[in-house]
This record gives sequence, C-alpha cells and structure tokens, in this order.
Amino acid sequence: MASALSTEREALKATGGVMDGAIATNVKPSTPRSPADVRPERIRSADPDVFGVPTGREEEWRFTPLARLRPLLDGAVSDARLEVTSTLPDGVELVGVPTAEVDVPLPVDRLAALALQRCGSSLVLRVPKGLELDEPVVVRLAGTGPGHVVWGHVVVELAEQSRATVVLEHVGSASYAAVVSVLVGDGAALQLVQVQNWADDTLHAAHVASRLGRDATLRSTQVTLGGSLVRVTETVDFTAPGGDVELRGVSFADDGQHLEHRLLVDHSVPHCRSRVTYKSALQGEQAHTVWIGDVLIRAAAEGTDTYELNRNLLLTPEARADSVPNLEIETGEIAGAGHASATGRFDDEQLFYLMARGIPADAARRMVVRGFFAEVVESIGVPDLEERLMATIETELERAFT
Amino acid sequence: MTSTLEIRDLHVTVESDGADKEILTGVTLTIRAGETHAVMGPNGSGKSTLAYAIAGHPKYTVTSGAITLDGEDVLAMSVDERARAGVFLAMQYPVEVPGVSVSNFLRSSATAVRGEAPKLRLWVKEQKEAMARLEMDPAFSERSVNEGFSGGEKKRHEILQLELLRPRFAVLDETDSGLDVDALRVVSEGINRVRESGETGVLLITHYTRILNYIKPDFVHVFVRGKIAESGTADLADELEANGYAKYGVEALAPAGGRSLPTGPVLPGVVSPA
Repeated sequence: MASALSTEREALKATGGVMDGAIATNVKPSTPRSPADVRPERIRSADPDVFGVPTGREEEWRFTPLARLRPLLDGAVSDARLEVTSTLPDGVELVGVPTAEVDVPLPVDRLAALALQRCGSSLVLRVPKGLELDEPVVVRLAGTGPGHVVWGHVVVELAEQSRATVVLEHVGSASYAAVVSVLVGDGAALQLVQVQNWADDTLHAAHVASRLGRDATLRSTQVTLGGSLVRVTETVDFTAPGGDVELRGVSFADDGQHLEHRLLVDHSVPHCRSRVTYKSALQGEQAHTVWIGDVLIRAAAEGTDTYELNRNLLLTPEARADSVPNLEIETGEIAGAGHASATGRFDDEQLFYLMARGIPADAARRMVVRGFFAEVVESIGVPDLEERLMATIETELERAFT
Repeated sequence: MTSTLEIRDLHVTVESDGADKEILTGVTLTIRAGETHAVMGPNGSGKSTLAYAIAGHPKYTVTSGAITLDGEDVLAMSVDERARAGVFLAMQYPVEVPGVSVSNFLRSSATAVRGEAPKLRLWVKEQKEAMARLEMDPAFSERSVNEGFSGGEKKRHEILQLELLRPRFAVLDETDSGLDVDALRVVSEGINRVRESGETGVLLITHYTRILNYIKPDFVHVFVRGKIAESGTADLADELEANGYAKYGVEALAPAGGRSLPTGPVLPGVVSPA
C-alpha cells in the first residue's frame, strides 16, 4: 500500500499537485467515525482541473449549496476588484505583486485554484523582520455589487521575529472567491482577525492558507455574520517545530444564510500546538452552519498537542448545524489530542427566566447569543480588538432580533 | 390606591405524558400591597404550579379563572409584560444562563422593569450596596447567571433581584428550601426589607414553618389538592407545625429542617404515605 501511495504521490507531483494525508493502516482514531468522516486523500494543487468540477457528492462539497455558488464555480474570467482601504502603521507595506511571483501554500480546492489563477495580481501585506507593532493593521475589502465575479489573492506576510495584529474586513456586496495566504516567519507572532460582514446577497468562498515557520505563533479569528453563502476553508501547515496556532470562530446564521467553516490543521512536524474553538448560533427557516474540523497528526509529528471544540446554538428548531470533528493520528507519541462537539437549543427555561425579569424575548435571545460569542471573542486577549468585534456582533444581533 | 393582585377560581393543567392533568382546581386569593401571605402545603399539592401560573410559564395552561392586577388581566400578558407590570417570581430552582454575566443580567432586568436604563454610576453603587446587604461577594457580578452557584448563592441572587426590582407583587417559591440557618437569616432579612416598604405584596410559598420564624405572615393558607383548604392568621402556621396536615386527609408535616420524600411518582393531590 505504501508504495502504491508514493507512486501516486510522485505522479501528482509531476502535474503540480501533492497528495496529502494518506491514512496509515495502524490509525487508532479517538472516536468512532462514519464513512463520511474518512478522508483518505487531500489534494493540494495550483491547477483547478486537478480537482474537477464539484458535483456535490464529494466529501468536501456535500454540505455546500452548489447551485447558489454557480457564478463562482463557472469560473468566468473577470478583472473586477474589491475596493481596498487600509490603515497601515509605519513600516508596514501593502503592495500589488504579480501572483506568479509569490510563493504561497497550494490551493485546497477548485475555487481556490481558480482564484490564484485568475486574480492576476496579489495584494501583499508585509511586516518586515523584527518589527513589533502595537497598532493594528486594518485592511478593508469592499464589494461593489454581486453582478461581477471577483477573484482575489491576499498575502499576509510576517517576516521573522515580527509581531502584528491584522484585521481583514469584508463588507459590501460581491461574488468573491479568494485565497488568503498567511505566512508567519520564524519566531513571528500574528494576531489575524477576519470579519465577514457582507451584504445579504454576497457569495464568498475563501481558502485561508497558513504556513508557519519555527516557533511561529498564529492566532486566527473568523467572525462570520453577513452574506448569503460564506465558505471558508482554513488550512495550517507547520514547517518546523515550535509552531503554535489558535483558530477561533464565531458565526451567526440568520434565515437563508449558509455559513461554512472547514479547518485542516496538518501536524507534519514535531512539537507543534493547535487549538480550535468555533461557535455558531443560528435562527430561522433556512439558516445553516457547517463546521468541519480536520486535524491530522502525521507519523513524524511527535509531541503534538491539539484540541478542537465546536459549539452550536440553535435558537429556532428549523435551523440546521452540521458539525464534523475528525482527528487522524498516525503516531502515539503525542502530548495530547482531543475534540468535542455539541449542538444545543436555546432552552425554554432560560428564556422564561430572563423574560420573568421583564426582558422581552428578542432581547433575551440577543443576550444569550452575545454571551455565547463573548466567550470566544474575549479569549483573543486584545481588549481594543475584542471591543470592536463585540460592537460589530452587537450591531448584527440588533438587526436580527428586532 | 393600594395595588391588588386578585386570583379567582383558577384552574391550571400541565401536560404530562401527552395528557393534560389538572393541578390547580380552583384557587381564589386576594393579596394587597404590603401584605404577606404564606401558602403552605404538602408535596404535590400544587403550590409551585400556582407560582408558575402567576408568572406565566408556558408549560402551565390556565383552563379557567382569572388573575388581575389592579383590574388588569394578567393572563393576557406575556411573561415579560407581567414582570414589567410588577409581578416577580423568585424561583425554587433558578436557571443557569451561561455566558450572561450577573451584572449584565441585573442591569438589563432593571432597565426593562423601570422602563429606562439606570444611570451607570448610580446603578453600580445600588447593585454593590444591595449585594453587600445580602453578604454576597462582589466578584459574583462578573460570573455567569447562576452558573456554578451553590443552592444558597442562587437564593441570595433571587432576593438580590427582588430588592433591586422592587415589584408590586413577589411570589417566593420555596425560597427557604436548601438554606442553612445563616443563609436563611440573610435571605429573610432581604425579604423583610422589601416588605417594610409597604409597597410590595408577598406570596410566600413554603414547605416548612421555619422561615416563618423570620418572616411573620399576615395570612396563612393551607394548600391541599390544588386549592386552598383553609385560611387563617399566623396562628394557623403554629397549628400546622403541631398537628400537620392530618385533618386535611394528607401526610404529617415534615419536621422542621427535614423534608419527607415521596416514595413514588408525585401525582396531583395524591401524596405518598410518610
């Protein structure tokens, strides 16, 4: 089996692709799994055709409403752009660079490959070596209408021993497929926050592809509130020991929204740490969230320490939250590995208690959701940023519960 | 005008195993502001059902009868409207609300009930003083509502709300149960502070007579099989303490400090032999 796999891998390499995550025969998963949870191969390639056109039967597409995503899947050539505004502290560079000139992790699916192929130029944010920033870098990407397909590539690059907080905000109306390449150099520390605060008609498919150097630290927070369909795949590749990643997310799906977060943390080197904490709250007839948490601990990744947690809160019975944690472990020499997933309903007793104190039902729901999210947001550890995010969440909840 | 809460011939059912069971079988009771009424009765007699029905818990269905507050139809109001109209229920089992801090909860409640947000600085002082009177650690205000609270802490938190919200009518559902002597004293003092204002009518539901050593009721009602079997003054409680409920055809009153546990499923109006 091993030789057949390596042959296949060689063949893929020749076409520009890499096959990842072959499961060894001695894997002892920590939980029973259904056939749907088993992903025997993961293809990474710059060539869209390596992936084929999704039909909806593929594991990585089975939750996504493909009909709605059609404008992007069709792959039309487009030179439409999002409007970029930014706040840049001294020493930080934000430039356009021909995409062919940047070395970034390979795309994880067809849309990501199309985005890299079609975007033409990449928006590159560079924090130079050793620069430690106290002020956040804010880059705001605004869509000007859903009519045009926009292909995009954003690179956030922290050179070694630098430290920065970067906020990437998405607003307005768009049909946007993008890759966000996150390159954290040796000993660098990045606090990255991405906010999806789109208008109701927006389609957004993104691959957030992180690559960490030795002793690099990444704190990544996704706040997904607005948009018709948002599908974010976040991958983490460790290239050297000492990498430390915390991936957090909160999403609020209202009637008709499909918000999907797919995570793949690839522990391929020893002594790295990862934590995943995602929460979503949902209400309404066609509200749907999807959370896929894949953590792979390869044979070489001794001393890995990982834990992932997903919590979903259904505010109305018709909303639907899918949650698929998946841990593949190829070595027993680890520090820790675990996951937890739970989906609960907003309890009638909680609602009664709050209402019995005069608080109207809508305000009571808002309080509970705000509290549910605050636990994640407050773990960021940057008070200014936490306040900003809670204010954004508050505005969304005000809108949803009135 | 003195506020009046009037309950007339109240019948209430609760759904259990797909069938509606009648728990309250015709309760009639009038409470005026400044009065304290103790409702005592054996397990399963429907005391808590009365409390929940007044507050409007959706699990309980009023099939006939009326509740009015100064002539206004309470039964037509939603749960939050009742609270804003001045009805308060201190719960026997306060609910945990993870992620919502006590301070946020209290201020939201006060804002809702008072009709405007209390001025922040005054509010902080007001809350702090009220907590101190109930011998509560200030650190409580940053904890999630009732989450990880001990039984005594939950009850102090209920009475804290009572003191801050100053309702026209307070239903206290077995607030004394599960409290040690110290906590019982602190909680009773809180209730007495509210009573002394003369502006709040209190319906004190209890299984024991021991809280009546701290809180002297103006009236005592014996609750049996979903209705009031007898009403009297505070002396009636002493009589119950001495003779139990035997004359009403049910079990003896549990001795002070203890509580007889039903040996089988508790059915309305049916009490297992002690």
